[in-house]
Order: sequence, then C-alpha cells, then structure tokens
Amino acid sequence: MRIPEAKDPVAALRTALPEAVLYAKDFRGETTIVVHPQHLVAALQFLRDTPGLVYNFLSDISSVDYYPEPPTEQRPERFAVSYHLLSMLYKRRIRVKVFVAEDEPEVDSITSLWPAANWLEREIYDMMGIRFRGHPDLRRVLLAEDWDGHPLRRDYPLGYEQVQFSFNVEEIIKHKPLAEE
Amino acid sequence: MGVSAKLGNLGVVTTTLEQAVNWGRTGAMWPLLFGLACCAIEMMATQASDYDLSRFGMELNRASPRQSDLMIVAGRVTRKMAPVVRQLYDQMADPKWVISMGDCASCGGVYNNYAVVQGVDEIIPVDVYVAGCPPRPEQLIHGIMTLHERVKGERISQWA
Repeated sequence: MRIPEAKDPVAALRTALPEAVLYAKDFRGETTIVVHPQHLVAALQFLRDTPGLVYNFLSDISSVDYYPEPPTEQRPERFAVSYHLLSMLYKRRIRVKVFVAEDEPEVDSITSLWPAANWLEREIYDMMGIRFRGHPDLRRVLLAEDWDGHPLRRDYPLGYEQVQFSFNVEEIIKHKPLAEE
Repeated sequence: MGVSAKLGNLGVVTTTLEQAVNWGRTGAMWPLLFGLACCAIEMMATQASDYDLSRFGMELNRASPRQSDLMIVAGRVTRKMAPVVRQLYDQMADPKWVISMGDCASCGGVYNNYAVVQGVDEIIPVDVYVAGCPPRPEQLIHGIMTLHERVKGERISQWA
C-alpha cells in the first residue's frame, strides 16, 4: 500500500474548516494552531482522520493559566487548553490550542475521539477547574474528593504554614493545630 | 520444705509491677508495617541485617494495626493520606506510641505547600521526633532508644 504524500496541517485545516482556525504559529519547529472552542472537536477529528495528516496519537492534554497578565489579541482569555498530537505515520507533532473564558471555564470533551483523554481531562478539571462538556465521568482524579478549589490556578495559595526559624518558632507553635489523643 | 530447698537457689529478683511491665513493653515493641516515602527505605535498612532492629525485640513489622504498638511515620503525609493515617492510629490497640521519622513527617520539610500536612502531629499525637532528611538508621535507632527510655519511666497512673 502506498502512503499518501504528507500535507501541510495548517493549510489543510484552513481550507477544510476556515471558520475554526483563529491563527497558527511556528516556534522552533513546533507548530501551534489556535482554534475556536466551538470547532475544537471537528478540527481534531479532521487532523486525525484526513489522509496526509493522520495525527492519530494523543500524546497529552495540558492547560495554562495566564492569571496576572491582562488579555491580549493573541491571548484573548485567561485559560488555555493544549492538545498535543503525534502522527505515528509521518513522525511529526502538532499542538492544537483553545482559549477558555474565566467566568465559564468549559470546553468540549474529546473522549469521543480518543478514550485516553478521559483521565487527562479529569486531571485538568481537578487541578485547573476547567470543565469538559460531554465527559462521561468528570470527577477529581488526584486530590481528595472533598478538596476545596483547584491548586494549579495561579491565584490559589501556595502553602499554609510559615517556615520555622528560631526567632518565630514560638509564635508558629502557638497557632499550630496539634492533634488530640 | 520451701521452693528453694526443692529447686535449689533460684536467685530472687524483686521489682515493681511498673518496671516489669515497662520492661516487657520495651522488649517487644512491634512497629506497624507502614512507609510513606523515601524515609521508609532507611527504615527498611534499619530492620535489615546491617543494623538489625531485632536486637531490640522489633524483628517483625506487623501488617495489621491491631497487632502493633508503634507507628513509625516514615515520610511526608499528604492531605489525601492524612485520614488514612489517623484511621490506622485509631485502629491500634493501647498502649501505642508514634515516632515521627524525618523532617517531612515532623514539620513538612521542604514540602511547604498545599498538598502536604505540615507535621504529622497535626493529625496524631507524636512521642518522639527524629530529624534528618532522611535520618540514617543510627538516628532512627536513637529515636527508638529515646522512646524506650520514655516508656521505662511511665507510671501506673499514666497507663492507658
């Protein structure tokens, strides 16, 4: 069987789904396509199933919180979710990125395309608080079920105890919640 | 005809009940088979042939909290693990003791963050703290000896 010629993913996606692509950029040989959240599933399915692209392996899903910085034209919202795809046929990678609004952090789940996305999306929900529409079982995966908040958000407090030195140890011990028998 | 005439000179030792019981408690103090992080490796080394914790009557770690007297908290306790540690402690039968092994168990160590309990004494009462990251087996043995001295000094009125 002849393997079809490899296509340029950005041009192919722009031709097939022109309304989906916000912009694309290249940085040190890595291609990133920023897509509109409404067309995320369609764009990923196109990248996976089109001959000449065949990004058939979902390496990872990651999320970003740009909290203290104000939004810009390139980065319109506070959160972003990145999908890292690998084409095992053409031995190349691509990153697909969507921006997620702060007041309603929700994107479509891609568990219908890759079942492996299940726990990756649960982890992002757990640590970053971004919900996934259509996920079959969106529970916390790392932290305890009754955990308050989402710790990887930039506005989450880092620790909850001062470091003890000889000058402040008595003050800290005074407020330490020691256990009873 | 007394006992000594029948059996020969037994040699009589007089002691108090307190001392006899405390001697028995220190002579066979069984730890709970329970390690949380890298400190557990040093705890295993302490029990292995080089350092040989069985010299102090601790040759076996019981895998059940019902059969153990001593809990060695070896490693950092995460907030997800904390209820489990507390439940294991509650399941241990009296008398029971706790050694907090290493910096992480004692005060959080380098993990001063949201996920780690800043000292296991926030969830269970601790008798002896062993410093070190991780403590060498000698240090852990010293901590156990310190606990033994403490147990030997216990009075009847303090017995649970």
